[in-house]
Amino acid sequence: MVPLSWYLIFAAGLFSLGLFGVLARRNAVAILLGVELMLNAVNINLAAFWRYGTITNMAGQVFAIIVFAVAAAEVAVGLALVISVYRRHNTVVADEIDMLKW
Amino acid sequence: MLLAILPELLLLTLAVILLVVEPFWKVEDRRKAGWLTFGGLLATMAISLLFGRPGDPQAVFGGMLRFDWFGFFFKMIFIFGAAATSLFMMDHEKLGRRGESYLLLLATTMGMGLMASSADLVMLYLAIETTSIPLYVLAGFMLDDKASTEAGFKYLLFGALTSAVMLYGFSLLFGFTGTTDLYKLADNLGPDRNMSLMVFGVIFLLLVGLGFKVSAVPFHFWAPDVYQGAPTPVAGFLSTASKAAGFAVLLRLFIEVFPGFADWTTILAVLAAITMTVGNLLALPQTNIKRLLAYSSIAHAGYAMIGLVAFSDLGAASVIFYLVAYVATNLLAFGIVMAFSRIAGSDEIKDYAGLSRRAPWLGIAMLVAFLSLAGMPPFGGFVAKVIVFAAAVQNPALIWLVIVGILNSIVGVYYYLNVLKYVYLYRMDGENEEAHPIALTRPYTIALLVLGFAVILLGTAFGPWFDWSTLGALNLF
Repeated sequence: MVPLSWYLIFAAGLFSLGLFGVLARRNAVAILLGVELMLNAVNINLAAFWRYGTITNMAGQVFAIIVFAVAAAEVAVGLALVISVYRRHNTVVADEIDMLKW
Repeated sequence: MLLAILPELLLLTLAVILLVVEPFWKVEDRRKAGWLTFGGLLATMAISLLFGRPGDPQAVFGGMLRFDWFGFFFKMIFIFGAAATSLFMMDHEKLGRRGESYLLLLATTMGMGLMASSADLVMLYLAIETTSIPLYVLAGFMLDDKASTEAGFKYLLFGALTSAVMLYGFSLLFGFTGTTDLYKLADNLGPDRNMSLMVFGVIFLLLVGLGFKVSAVPFHFWAPDVYQGAPTPVAGFLSTASKAAGFAVLLRLFIEVFPGFADWTTILAVLAAITMTVGNLLALPQTNIKRLLAYSSIAHAGYAMIGLVAFSDLGAASVIFYLVAYVATNLLAFGIVMAFSRIAGSDEIKDYAGLSRRAPWLGIAMLVAFLSLAGMPPFGGFVAKVIVFAAAVQNPALIWLVIVGILNSIVGVYYYLNVLKYVYLYRMDGENEEAHPIALTRPYTIALLVLGFAVILLGTAFGPWFDWSTLGALNLF
């Protein structure tokens, strides 16, 4: 069986990729995609920890399912807000949405 | 068992009633939804206080929630904050006649209640998101307003990022211990000190998410932008109830899960010192009152963290008391800003010139709110600061933090009094203030009166409030 650490390293890599995407991408939709990658990394962590821990303890799986559901809700609200921003500012580039500062 | 979620059940019922009833009202009558929400929230509070009081702490719903005074006390704070906010929303031109805005307020209040009482990582995450998602929508509620849409968008991006980072911490915590139950985590982490480096990493990940919620430096960037852009009642709610909810989680999580890893107090002490200093220094040059209050709320998060760092029952009690005083005071301040900007159409501090002549009572309310924020007796803010500092000086290692706190309070006095200088000493252009009165509608009058009395009561008859805070704090130890 593949050792647990492989999954954890993979999840950590995915998480870092997502974080890089959030911090480096300028397009709002791409930023949201980055957040999704981070949440997927969490899910891999949870599933792997569940599989390699006590199988009868369902907490890990339940947690992963709840993360799916919440991620979907968050993205739905996120895209709605991106659309409302696009209607007012005519852009979804995060750098150009800079009315509020100082 | 259902008693444990009695406030949430009542909030849900109220939300459903609101959803069903509101469409039948004519559009111009829909302001009534605010009275319905306000009355419902008061009823929720009364019923919970009469029938839903907790006894000894007990785990309910398979350990998902904990039914104790700590959570109950916080729930009452959130419902109080939501009731005041619903009054402030009524005469907001964009929020007041929209049933959805009250519905979202109720949904987020429900989430906060669950945040304060959840005893399981799964439940905690779910509660945090139940709180955050309606708040994203509320911050961006004014669809035709450039600043509001931008505020909602920024709040969402920061919130989604920080909650994902925190969730990664949760997943690691689950992996290290094999449980998601907060009250078992500590035992499973306890004896193995080799884990401490890993736990340190997890603490950092958790602090990202919770630091965002309480707007602690360096996760505070969203606060000024969002407070300025969001509808003012929402900004007031964000800066009070939402911050208190973040502190409820911070208290329960850190005191229950990491008691053996006392080093976290050092991290938080540094964070508290930086938060206070940055918040206060950046508040100095502000010209917009909502941004000023945003930076001041960052500074107040720093003061409240001192009590948490003290890591004692007095410390936890002082945080709860601080939050009660802060919620009442800051809601009062935001209420005044709302009432003023509705008539004067401006949030600039210089436009507050001559307010004491335009609306003497509003001027007095402002005096109460800002002196309490500055920590002057006889208002709630003073007693709260004293108790927080008293809790910290009991630990000799924290005296430096108390000194930083006191120095910061002095900086705070400067910019709070600066606003009062405009209100009381300066005159409007043309010096005909009587021609430009600031009329208050009934919801504002009620809310400002109640909040003003609450601030004075907390500063004079603070005994019972402090006893209740202690009762809540003792549940954690």
